Amino acid sequence: MIAIGVLVAVSATLVWRRDGLPGVLEILTHDLSLFGGIMPRVLAGCLLGAFISEILPHDKVSRSLGPSSGLKGLLIGAAFGAILPGGPFTAYPVASALLAVGADFGATIAMVVSWTLVGYGRAVAWELPIMGTDFTLWRIIISLPLPVLAGALGRFVYVRMYPAKDGTKREGESE
Amino acid sequence: MSAALLIDIILWGSVAGVGYIAWLRGPSVLKASLREGSVDFIRIVPRIALGVIGSGYIAAVIPQEVITGWLGPDSGWLGVATAVVAGAATPGGPVVGFSIGAVALKAGGGPPQVIAYVVAWALFAFQRLLLWEIPFMPARFVWFRAAVSVPFPFLAAAIAMAIGKP
Repeated sequence: MIAIGVLVAVSATLVWRRDGLPGVLEILTHDLSLFGGIMPRVLAGCLLGAFISEILPHDKVSRSLGPSSGLKGLLIGAAFGAILPGGPFTAYPVASALLAVGADFGATIAMVVSWTLVGYGRAVAWELPIMGTDFTLWRIIISLPLPVLAGALGRFVYVRMYPAKDGTKREGESE
Repeated sequence: MSAALLIDIILWGSVAGVGYIAWLRGPSVLKASLREGSVDFIRIVPRIALGVIGSGYIAAVIPQEVITGWLGPDSGWLGVATAVVAGAATPGGPVVGFSIGAVALKAGGGPPQVIAYVVAWALFAFQRLLLWEIPFMPARFVWFRAAVSVPFPFLAAAIAMAIGKP
């Protein structure tokens, strides 16, 4: 927080020395209007996260998104991330809620990665107008397999970094 | 504009939907969620103010030519690796990241390199990790997720090279 604050102050000073006060004010008014525009969405995201963590049945989440949910859990996580509306202010509270109610790192990674790479929110609002349709569509098509792969890699690494302490049997361990 | 409006409608529709389910569970569930959501909101606003208002200044002082010069179509895997580092280092919001991507593309950057840049930026831009992800999520999860995401911009560039698109 403080480091970012310092970085912002230094950058603003540099802009002021280069472009003078009008340059500083131009960026400020632009960013203030951006800030005002996303405020309602931030509120919506926080409410969505709070509601979801209240109403989702914990046992069901841990069964369908937990450590032994297999490929299906990763696919559900990825699909959920892709359809989730809103920006980071929606995705991260919801992902955090999922972790809290029993989803494992793998499924949550699939969800977060899917939201950043495949989710339509950012693509429609920012990427399409700035990067153009052709690039955006191909970028999304190329990204389609990545959330599940990232989730699988995450799960693979996680069970080796933090071996289960409770002795619960994991999939693929039956000889 | 209409796309943004549609997203808002879906977003608030979802809030209303889950809020209705919470209300069906009982007024106390609804009240608890509302309180929890509002507290999260109040806690998060100052960080967002700093991030959004600050990112414009940070973006204004980084020389875009430096980033774009390294990503030419002949830069190969070194260009891809540079793109990944540049993506991780790019400050600011979606406007900044995509604008640099667009400039790189227009200035003659190779599509696989620009894909790697956009994907790396989307996956683990440091400013987003610090300003957005860490406040909302357990730090252990955030670093873990960023670490396992590292191979994927390279994979995306490889797919782009293989299919020769975009």
